[in-house]
Amino acid sequence: MNTSVGNRKKVVPVADRRSGFSPQQFAICLKGIVWRESLRFLHQRERFISALVRPLVWLLIFAAGFRQVLGVSIIPPYQTYILYAEYITPGLIAMIQLFNGMQSSLSMVYDREMGNMRTLLVSPFPRWYLLCSKLVAGTAVSLLQVYAFLLIARFWNVEPPATGYLLVLPALVLSGLMLGALGMLISSVVKQLENFAGVMNFVIFPMFFASSALYPLWQVRESSPLLYYVCQFNPFTHAVELIRFALYAQVNWLSLGVVCSCTFLFILGAILAYDPSRGILARRGEAVGAA
Amino acid sequence: MGHNSHEALKYELEIGWLRGMTIPMLSVEAVSHSYGARRALDKVTFDVAPATFAVLLGLNGAGKSTLFALITRLYGTQGGRIRIFDYDVEHASQEALRILGIVFQSRTLDLDLSVIQNLMYHAALHGIRKRDAQTLADEALSRIALSERKHDKVRNLSGGQMRRVEIARALLHRPRLLVLDEPTVGLDINSRADILRHVRQLISEHGIGVLWATHLIDEVADSDHVIVLHQGQVLADGAVSRITGNCGVTNIRDAFTQLTRGDHSIGETG
Repeated sequence: MNTSVGNRKKVVPVADRRSGFSPQQFAICLKGIVWRESLRFLHQRERFISALVRPLVWLLIFAAGFRQVLGVSIIPPYQTYILYAEYITPGLIAMIQLFNGMQSSLSMVYDREMGNMRTLLVSPFPRWYLLCSKLVAGTAVSLLQVYAFLLIARFWNVEPPATGYLLVLPALVLSGLMLGALGMLISSVVKQLENFAGVMNFVIFPMFFASSALYPLWQVRESSPLLYYVCQFNPFTHAVELIRFALYAQVNWLSLGVVCSCTFLFILGAILAYDPSRGILARRGEAVGAA
Repeated sequence: MGHNSHEALKYELEIGWLRGMTIPMLSVEAVSHSYGARRALDKVTFDVAPATFAVLLGLNGAGKSTLFALITRLYGTQGGRIRIFDYDVEHASQEALRILGIVFQSRTLDLDLSVIQNLMYHAALHGIRKRDAQTLADEALSRIALSERKHDKVRNLSGGQMRRVEIARALLHRPRLLVLDEPTVGLDINSRADILRHVRQLISEHGIGVLWATHLIDEVADSDHVIVLHQGQVLADGAVSRITGNCGVTNIRDAFTQLTRGDHSIGETG
């Protein structure tokens, strides 16, 4: 028997280099993706500025204008009467993350049209890992924006307790992942860049306004019970409340549960949507360029 | 450094070993793909041997890009099988993608990042350590004679230079198969010739297999392996001389015209 011929197909040169990745290599991959997203963000100075200007306009102008109109009574987690600006700060933080999530979804649609997305998707690492790394990277970028905003807001008398700044971090990571995953899920459905205006109208605005970001839900309940229930079912409300409580060193367990479950569901959905055999990409014949 | 030269030696040995063997670098077996009712690929079958320059020749819409999306596992295969070296793209995609270098038709570099940053990102996506990545990137850049543009933003490079960077990037992790989807689209004549020469040189120096998709017949050389893809079907597959001989013509252009002159049953794409 000539075993060398029989076995030839099985011989893999430098097998150690070819099969599987070490945990260290997984870390290298994650680090590379976060590094690239941060670089891209820092290079786009306008994006950083507009990410800050948007919530600041709300805080400095809108909140000042509505200070007298909307009275906020003492509700948890606040222990005293607060200014309206202080009330809407957590909502604006969540808004930063919402926009950031949608923006990275927009850049994913753009990348897919332009082909950049492929660089990521043809990496030999498992696709779920690549998508999760991208989410982590997007969340890291949103943290930068949030802390810059909190710093500026401090000069505007929005002064949560010092420990709040630290304790809000895990909440921000969770809400950032949830909103990023939602964006990723949407990016797999949105076919073209032009449809992003639709995302603004049908996702960002309804999510933001039908939530506890701008007004406490008990006030909403008084005017419209139906809207109250809509707000209750809006995951964005729970992202806002999770951040609000964490900022004042408390935990809103209901919101924590909702945000965790939604994060899990959205990530799962995004992974399925980007799966080569099940995904929507292949069925539509998209991302092929000039096919 | 020692580690790297060791790796380089291993790579050379491996390539030397590959040259003497017969397992195809790429094997496409009866691959079919449909978008809804439209059939983009119909039982496409061909091989690419090591150290071969294989040209996938077809007009726009022939199914080339779909085939690329399947080889790179952007899509899952619906029918048939694709193997890169000995790895099934579907079942061993990790190993398969690891030994595959890809240059897409559209530009896929980050324009706002520098040349070296783009290469380092790619290295990270292959799990290569920073120190090794830097050595590999320097090597790759000197190979394409762009070392001095290392820190320039990609945006400031010419179209031809960007393509060269993309090729360098595709080769950074030392793949055994390089696939390029219409890499010369939008380039001037000099850049085109330059890139073709560069890739052909890679084959003679490193023995990797190359699949080069194009609709430009003048990119085919007499020594190449040609696969003619038309409306999702392979009409001819073999050495240039064999294809021209079979068609009874003297050059590949005439052979291509004759093969794709839409009569017979090829056109049933519906």
